[in-house]
Parts: sequence; C-alpha cells; structure tokens
Amino acid sequence: MWFFILAELLVFAVFFASYAFARSGNVELFNHYQQTLNRDIGAANTVILLTGSLFVVLAVQAIKAGRAVLCRNWLLAGAGMGLLFLILKGIEFADKFAHGISLSTNTFYMFYLSLTFFHFMHVIMGMIILGTVAWKAHTGDYSATQHTGVETGASYWHMVDLVWIVLFPLVYVMR
Amino acid sequence: MKVWLVWLLLVVLTLLTWWAGQAGYHGQWLVLALLASVFIKGHFVIADFMGLRGVAVRWRMLVHGWLVLVLGLILLAYGLGM
Repeated sequence: MWFFILAELLVFAVFFASYAFARSGNVELFNHYQQTLNRDIGAANTVILLTGSLFVVLAVQAIKAGRAVLCRNWLLAGAGMGLLFLILKGIEFADKFAHGISLSTNTFYMFYLSLTFFHFMHVIMGMIILGTVAWKAHTGDYSATQHTGVETGASYWHMVDLVWIVLFPLVYVMR
Repeated sequence: MKVWLVWLLLVVLTLLTWWAGQAGYHGQWLVLALLASVFIKGHFVIADFMGLRGVAVRWRMLVHGWLVLVLGLILLAYGLGM
C-alpha cells in the first residue's frame, strides 16, 4: 500500500507542478479566475478532511487498545467526513456547471476542474477503504496485536488529506 | 504532541489561509507565508497523523521529500511568474 500511496503522491506532484508552471505563463488569467472560486467551501472542506483524519487517528488508537467497536465507529465517522466533503464539493461543481464552466472554458478552469475531480475520486476511494476496514473491524479481523490493515487504510486517508492541504492554498488562495 | 492539539493547529492554519484569501492579500509575501503554512501542516500530518514520527528516517524522508519537492517547484514557478 505504501508503494501505491507514494505513486499517487508523485502523480499529484506532477499535477501541482503543471498547474504552477502553466500559471507562470498566464498569471493574470489564473489570478482573475481564481477569484471566482468559492473559498468558503474550499476552507470548510479542508477542516472537514482534517477532522476526518483526526477520527481515523483515533480509530488506530482504539484498535491498539483492543477496542474494535470503537475503532469501527471512528472509521465510520471518518468516512462520514468524506461524504460531507463530497456533498460540499458537489455543490461547488454544480454551481460551476450551472454557469456553463467546463474543462474547455480556459486553462485555469481546466486545471481547477481536473485537479479537484481527480482528488474527488480519491476521497471516494478513501471512503471505500475506510468502509472495508470498518467492516473487518466489526467482524473481529483486527486486534490490539494485529491491526496492520487499519494502519494501512488510515495512511491512504491521510494521503488524501495531505494532497488537499497543498491543493486548497495553491488553487484557491495563492496569487 | 497530542493529536487534538495537532488538529487544532491545522484548523487554525487553514482559517488563516482562508482569511488571507478573503482579505485580498497577494504577492511574494503571501506566497512565502502560504508555502510555510503548507509545510508546517504537511509535516504534522506526516509525523503525527500518518504516524511516521517514530519510524526510520529514510521512510519519513520519502514523504517529507515529496512535500519539499512540491513546495519547491511551486516556489520556483511562482518566482518565474513574478
């Protein structure tokens, strides 16, 4: 899983660098259209993902203490934060689409839509992983001494969080 | 550091980022401040949330190295655009 996580991080690194270097040739366009983004939703979604990450850390602490039910509940709470993120991001996307904005509108929106949609898919993947790990915690597959699956699933979720920590300031605020 | 305190620090830095955007700040000092903020946030997520604080340096450096690489490339690109 760590190999997979590092590979994912490298893909996002290429995406972020491409955004930043594309911007250096179109500074005014990027600065102008960045102002049309909903920073309130962007910031709220950052806090939501951070809170989800906190819940997942608490899930790992719970299973290390041998408390599988508590671990399952924290994992489900973490996945719930993921769902909240998707709902807010969906509202943000719907607003952009209602204004006729698409990948072909301009270079800024091409990066904004593709980067955030790519991350959106990773949140869904993270929720599937957390859900699967929660189910295995529920069925007694993990214990205080055997919980590698919980830690690995948690690491994937934190990767999704780490990527957004870079994405929000870069795409929504930095100019 | 206690995980709740780490979460609180991350949220405060996020709110400062949001505030900087709302206040209309821009330019080299904002870019540097935001990159520093992302580095601090990324460091705590890697060390305390991912739990890499206690593991071998070579593993921790892989993820920290990713963070430094990304922030360095962004700094370079924004420098070119100024």
